[in-house]
Amino acid sequence: MGPRDGVSSSELRDGPSLGEEDTMRRLERTWGTPPGLWGWLTTVDHKRIGRRYIATGFVFFLVGGVLALLMRLQLAQPENTLVGPDRYNQLFSMHGTTMMFLFAVPIMEAMAVYLVPLMVGTRNIAFPRLNAFSYWVYLFGGVMIVVAFLMNTGPETGWFSYVPLAGPEYSPGKRTDFWAQMITFTEVAALAVAVEIIVTVFKMRAPGMGLNRVPLFVWSMLVTSFMVIFAMPAVMLASSFLIMDRLVSTQFFNPAEGGDPLLWQHLFWFFGHPEVYIIFLPALGMVSSIVAAMARRPVFGHVPMVLALVATAFLGFGLWVHHMFATGLPHLASGYFTAASMMIAIPSGIQIFCWIATLWDGRPQWTVPLLFVVGFVVIFVLGGLTGVMQASVPFDLQVHDSYFVVAHFHYVLIGGAVFPLFGAFYFWFPKITGRMLGERLGRWNFWLFFIGFNVAFFPMHLLGMMGMPRRVYTYPAELGWADLNLTATLGALLVAASVALFLVNVLVSLRAGRIAGPNPWNAGTLEWATASPPPSYNFAHIPVVEGLEPLWDKAGPLGMVHGLRVEEREVLLTTVLDAHPDLREPSPRSTIWPLLSALAVTVLFIGSIFTPWALVWGAVPLAVGLVGWFWPKRRHVPPEPVVES
Amino acid sequence: SGPQSMLDPAGGQAARIGVMGWILLAGCAFVYAVVLLWLLWALARRHRWVEPGGVLPPQAGVERRLTNGLVAWVVGTVLILFAFVAASYAVDKSLTHLANREEVVVEVEGKQWWWTVRYPDDDPSRSITTANEIHLPVGVPVRVKLKAADVIHSLWIPNLHGKMDLIPGRDNELFLTADREGIFRGQCAEFCGLQHAHMALDVIVHSRAAFDAWKEAQLAPAPAPADEALARGQALFLTSACTMCHGIRGTPASASVAPDLTHLASRRSIAAGALPYNRGNLAGWIADPQRIKPGNHMPLVGVPPSDLQALVAYLDSLK
Amino acid sequence: MSERHFVRDLSDLPTHGHGPSNLTWWGTMGFMLIEGFAFVLAGFTYLYIMMQFRHWPPGMPPPDLTWGTLMTAALLLSLVPNVWAKRVAEASDLRGTRRAVLVMLAVGLVTLGIRGFEFTVLNALWDSNAYGSILWTILGLHTVHLLTDVGDTAVLAVLMFTRHGKDPRRMGDVTDNALYWNFVVGAWVPIYALLYLVPRFA
Repeated sequence: MGPRDGVSSSELRDGPSLGEEDTMRRLERTWGTPPGLWGWLTTVDHKRIGRRYIATGFVFFLVGGVLALLMRLQLAQPENTLVGPDRYNQLFSMHGTTMMFLFAVPIMEAMAVYLVPLMVGTRNIAFPRLNAFSYWVYLFGGVMIVVAFLMNTGPETGWFSYVPLAGPEYSPGKRTDFWAQMITFTEVAALAVAVEIIVTVFKMRAPGMGLNRVPLFVWSMLVTSFMVIFAMPAVMLASSFLIMDRLVSTQFFNPAEGGDPLLWQHLFWFFGHPEVYIIFLPALGMVSSIVAAMARRPVFGHVPMVLALVATAFLGFGLWVHHMFATGLPHLASGYFTAASMMIAIPSGIQIFCWIATLWDGRPQWTVPLLFVVGFVVIFVLGGLTGVMQASVPFDLQVHDSYFVVAHFHYVLIGGAVFPLFGAFYFWFPKITGRMLGERLGRWNFWLFFIGFNVAFFPMHLLGMMGMPRRVYTYPAELGWADLNLTATLGALLVAASVALFLVNVLVSLRAGRIAGPNPWNAGTLEWATASPPPSYNFAHIPVVEGLEPLWDKAGPLGMVHGLRVEEREVLLTTVLDAHPDLREPSPRSTIWPLLSALAVTVLFIGSIFTPWALVWGAVPLAVGLVGWFWPKRRHVPPEPVVES
Repeated sequence: SGPQSMLDPAGGQAARIGVMGWILLAGCAFVYAVVLLWLLWALARRHRWVEPGGVLPPQAGVERRLTNGLVAWVVGTVLILFAFVAASYAVDKSLTHLANREEVVVEVEGKQWWWTVRYPDDDPSRSITTANEIHLPVGVPVRVKLKAADVIHSLWIPNLHGKMDLIPGRDNELFLTADREGIFRGQCAEFCGLQHAHMALDVIVHSRAAFDAWKEAQLAPAPAPADEALARGQALFLTSACTMCHGIRGTPASASVAPDLTHLASRRSIAAGALPYNRGNLAGWIADPQRIKPGNHMPLVGVPPSDLQALVAYLDSLK
Repeated sequence: MSERHFVRDLSDLPTHGHGPSNLTWWGTMGFMLIEGFAFVLAGFTYLYIMMQFRHWPPGMPPPDLTWGTLMTAALLLSLVPNVWAKRVAEASDLRGTRRAVLVMLAVGLVTLGIRGFEFTVLNALWDSNAYGSILWTILGLHTVHLLTDVGDTAVLAVLMFTRHGKDPRRMGDVTDNALYWNFVVGAWVPIYALLYLVPRFA
């Protein structure tokens, strides 16, 4: 079927007059990324960027894991000399920094970059070039800190970099400057993605997907993105103060000149505590997706679930001081923060109840994603409960900065985020690659991880109560900590074996995994309405949503709207509350400018570690990059002229 | 159990926190058991049948029951949290009651990577300075004043109390009441740089009489060398770089950059708990401090082996 | 494929809009939220450091009022041409928009000049004490925003005189730029109060 009479091909729209094959061919030509290296460097396709974002995040997970193994080997026996104090301090600083800044937050946002546009039924993410820019900035910042570490210039003052230890007097050299700039890199990247997600969710949902029909994963990413917007400025401000203290002799943290070391802690934890929820809320969204699909029914209590997410976000900003109970705060303040910290158990409890209720009333399908969800509940709830214990000021004074805390937050972060993430890998791998991950290896992967994790981290609760502080590179034999430390190290090795199996599973399945088809789990949300892997344009026609689980709610085929251009990249904008169609908006094509701008930013950031003047001369290439980015590109369709008056 | 463990309280504060810990543990264990049972039931019960790929629609009656369950769940959570907050508040208040009573004042100053310990007195000649060792009388409330000389440290003696930070530019304090004699161990709990792992101190709880006797002994200046060999050791000390940093009362050495050595040989450990005190360890430490505690601020002085024995013998006489 | 079930034709939807129906508007709002919150936190830092001192400013006179007050007046007055720029852009009036953007560029350059003088009469250096540090940082942070908007205005001004000016979507860019300028002005008023008035009257 050809174009309608009298319509130029650039005005072609999808719809009844254009055959399906023809539509798809034309859309692919319009939306596809050019082949080869140039295409790879210039793509703005959220799926390609999401994929490399996920892969990069996972590489950093492996890096952080190797660092952890080295630490565990050093601690396997008392007075061990495998690594000395200088190297050990870099190891744990890099481990925390890598896991928090380069793995956990980026990979959650990466999953969203891939999934959210598909789940809301649009062709690309909002601000695709900003998305590409975000990835490059993240990549360059991560590579910078790893290179610095390999050149013995890695961070050495912990992922929290308390002053004055991290200040100019007690950490001379460039190690901490690299750390502080790494913060700037990753936060710029994270903030950019947060804005993209918010705008994608607000304005680009498929017609009919009113706010009451937004999937829980998308809700969790929306709430997370708002948390990013309010949390990240605090750490960027703090790291800027730090680097200015170090490089241009400002006095923010110098008590002799009216500065205050606790100012750092307030700013850092005002970011640092919400950070935990920024990692954890997306994981909750993943759990909801998996539970619904595996229990064969929608998640029980959709509205309480959404309210719990929002409540967690609000409460998450009111607890930062519980990281500072031992700093000698007034009693009134610590009493308030005890109550606030305990309150966060209420929304978490609601969500746990609702997932279990969904499994109770549904019919659980014993797949690997479900195994990881069950493992998540078992581990995360224990971590949450030890968190409640630490909200009590007197008890916290004992366990604070001991191995009890190390146990607690690994239960929360690995149990609460990494287990769901692995479940999500198994769940969405077929969507991303078109092939299933192996179930058999998956079960080995799960059980080794689950057992190894508990063997590694449960003993740390006891070690903490037996007096072992955090961040020590060695310990004396006579305190009786040796056996439990050795056990923990063995557990860590099991976890490493499990992750290795996962890698094997991925490599094998990429080549020889079972072909998935569009919807291997018979799940209900929109990402399963298109092919696996999805075409460059996501959906040949934008679907119309009539319920919470669009693919379950209708017996027949999904309704669709039509009328978007097929020879130009065009996306549909809808209204914020009810998702009524509002505008047809052009969407950018592949472009090199985000990469060039990211390179300019990298030169500016790294240069400023060595001279503040880099902020001045580095601004020139950045300005060139940004002007090139925003300078209007030639489109196939000439714009309608503006009336000159 | 052990000299550095919160599981074996030896003081009023640690005992109260211990009770708090058991309350929290019992409550949390109960909640954990309930969650696991609920999960087990949800997974193991007989489920509704659904054809492969089919979907189970929510049923109004079941949803209503589950909603009631959710409400009960939330109410239960709130009640337990309320009990926790109340218990925590009560224990915090009882700790406040123990505070602000003092019969002995100790000033502890944290430095990279050791502790100065002072017992101030209105009469300056009766105040004592020692290092890496706190002596306490049993049953007597003690105010520990905490200061930091460089970076943030945290004093943690788990058998006696939770930890409290030492922060540059701020004054913190910790109230301790040891209720049995014994030897305990404390350690820096806030990461403070290269040798954070080797920043420990010994806490010795005496009877009141023994404590007073210890204090009197500490007040005395260092004993004069008893024989020729010791005199040679003293001369070596006084003419070496040691005096740039260390002081020995009763001799011209009066620096206070590093631990006071007036009664070094009476202490249980050297290098802030890095080694037990004995002549061999002392000799090894002086010969190469960077091997035992890499990065610490004591330089390699380079005492020739012939002089080392005399120097160590002198220091070992400083009981 | 025979399963296509079309329920609505969207061919008639417009392809550009102003304000909240625009994606860029939301993006600008997002970044204003981020930057606005950074200003709020910087303001809290100012007050936090103030609590560390007995006298404020510590042992030095507060910043001279002249240039800062002139800045406030200039920024508030600039809202008039800014509203005009927004109106002509919304009306898709190309000639008006060209003029308005040039006026706004001039206004921006004038405020940057005033800012330069402001820095010379702060009566404190960034490295003298924590007060000087936060004073310079907040003023610097605001200056970065001024610079960004003036740069954006300059690019738009050039665009308006090329063929791209005829693209209706550029009119949306002008209104977004006007929105951002409102933010720059709106952020300044509390900063002025904090940096110039608090040390005198609090």
